[in-house]
Amino acid sequence: MSFAPHLVFGGRLAGDPDAMTETGERPRVGFFTDTSVCIGCKACEVACKEWNAIPEDGLLLTGMSYDNTQGLGADTWRHVAFIEQRKPVDVFQAAGQADAGSKLVDGAGPELRWLMASDVCKHCTHAACLDVCPTGSLFRTEFGTVVVQEDICNGCGYCIPACPYGVIDQRKGDGRAWKCTMCYDRLGAGMEPACAKACPTDSIQFGPLDELRERAEIRVRALHDAGQPEARLYGHDPGDGVGGVGAFFLLLDEPEVYGLPPDPVVTTRDLPSMWRHAAAAAVAMAAGVAACFLRTGRRPR
Amino acid sequence: MTHAEHGARAGRGGRGRRRRGEQAMVPEARFTSYYGLPVLNPPVWKPLDIAGYLFLGGLAGGSSLLAAGAHATGRRELARTAKVGALGAISLSLAALVHDLGRPARFLNMLRVAKPTSPMSMGSWLLFGYGPLAGAAAVTEMTGRFRRLGALATAGAAVLGPAVATYTAVLVCDTAVPSWHEGYRQMPFLFAGSGAAAAAGLGLVFAPAEPARRAAVLGAAAELGMTRLMKRRMGLAAEPLEQGKAGRLMRVCEALTAAGAGLAALPGTVRSRVLSAAAGAALIAGSAALRFGVFHAGVASAQNPEYTVVPQRQRLNDREFPAARHG
Repeated sequence: MSFAPHLVFGGRLAGDPDAMTETGERPRVGFFTDTSVCIGCKACEVACKEWNAIPEDGLLLTGMSYDNTQGLGADTWRHVAFIEQRKPVDVFQAAGQADAGSKLVDGAGPELRWLMASDVCKHCTHAACLDVCPTGSLFRTEFGTVVVQEDICNGCGYCIPACPYGVIDQRKGDGRAWKCTMCYDRLGAGMEPACAKACPTDSIQFGPLDELRERAEIRVRALHDAGQPEARLYGHDPGDGVGGVGAFFLLLDEPEVYGLPPDPVVTTRDLPSMWRHAAAAAVAMAAGVAACFLRTGRRPR
Repeated sequence: MTHAEHGARAGRGGRGRRRRGEQAMVPEARFTSYYGLPVLNPPVWKPLDIAGYLFLGGLAGGSSLLAAGAHATGRRELARTAKVGALGAISLSLAALVHDLGRPARFLNMLRVAKPTSPMSMGSWLLFGYGPLAGAAAVTEMTGRFRRLGALATAGAAVLGPAVATYTAVLVCDTAVPSWHEGYRQMPFLFAGSGAAAAAGLGLVFAPAEPARRAAVLGAAAELGMTRLMKRRMGLAAEPLEQGKAGRLMRVCEALTAAGAGLAALPGTVRSRVLSAAAGAALIAGSAALRFGVFHAGVASAQNPEYTVVPQRQRLNDREFPAARHG
């Protein structure tokens, strides 16, 4: 199933008043990555690399799984995680086909299951990378996404340890920081991002965030009803430590199994307190050194 | 093929927030990761540039304070040492900071915006103000010209100096790096003490005087005390400060700083150039070891998913089963 144009923006984004909300603003867009239908084909990784002309960053066999990409970075903006588990899971019942598969599963040990998930920049509501960027290179676009302006970035590297998800990184030999732009250029032309376009199972869905959240709630309820109680949404809650993300997920296990932080918090949430502590320390330092000169007398010379 | 790595933290009952005598309602956090790969992308900062800058910034800030005190109380020799020391340290700092950039030619982009949410932006503006003041204070001192201007610059540098020494703690703590972020309450005080000790050490080496001796003892005491307090308060994230390269550097820092402070505490030290110089050198080296230790601990904590996952999972469990936390 490919995307019906009425579900995503289709051609409605560019200059079409229908794309605006009642307040005259563009609605925030994002990704809903439904990992329960991901088949690990990595078409998203390839489409992303191709569209964004991301340089090759090493072809290696990790030997740990079918995942030879390992993680997000400067030259990997979509990463398909691959997890092999032995868990007492009836995969056929989970798929809502209990009758068809029951013979195969009966008497077998814990069923092997594969989890596959396409990870991407979360485009956080409270984005630490954007907050700490000293040059203003990272900015929030009119679509509510977070993008690096490569003509501004001076490669200070501050955004890299600030990101609680390990998304953004410095490109070797280039020096600047790079990450997913949610295909800013394609959005501007009213097209959906390359990864969502290429996804053959609609595991990666693109659209207005509100719409995606509703769709995700329906999907997670359907999975629960189908005997998959471990299905859960990740990053959809605006009350979480990063104010909810613009690219959220439906997962079938704990987030850390996929290499995602279980309870990420934007580091700048504590920044006001940090500044207060630093100010107090500065005053204490000045007072301390001044005190060292007390009653030592003046030496005119 | 094994699936995602599992690790258990057995026997960790005494750590973290759990107190003795409490009955755990939830099992001790077992941690899962994706093949042991880090959750975070570790900092790409070069150790010599950035840990070096943390040290030099502290040295410069502390020296400007010492310079103002010496200037006001007529200690020409100490004032001269501290002012030249501050200028030298801040000049090297700027060189290190520019060198560390992925695009050094674009260093002026740092002054493109002023962002309170970015400690690096605030720091750039701070250095933009502090650098010329430290420079004017040193040059007027050396040449003996424009005395009044020099006095003003000395005072100005002393106002901004402590900020230069302590904001660098915010710079590293305002990240997702566990062993940096979790120490944000103590790190500025730690850096203040370390900066004062280094500056006093420089004074003891080149211009031994009573105030420098006192500042050395006070700064070193703050440095050592705050390090201990921080490690006690940061829970699991304290571990990288005790292990590997960072652990070795922290132990070197402790030994050198304690030795330097011990020597400086002897009343006769100021009268002996040799003893003063030894005490001063130990304090300077101890301060540098501290910054490199903190730097490497942060990198190590970012490279190990355990330090990211375990505290977050604990937080989630505490939220879900509050009874377990309150016993």
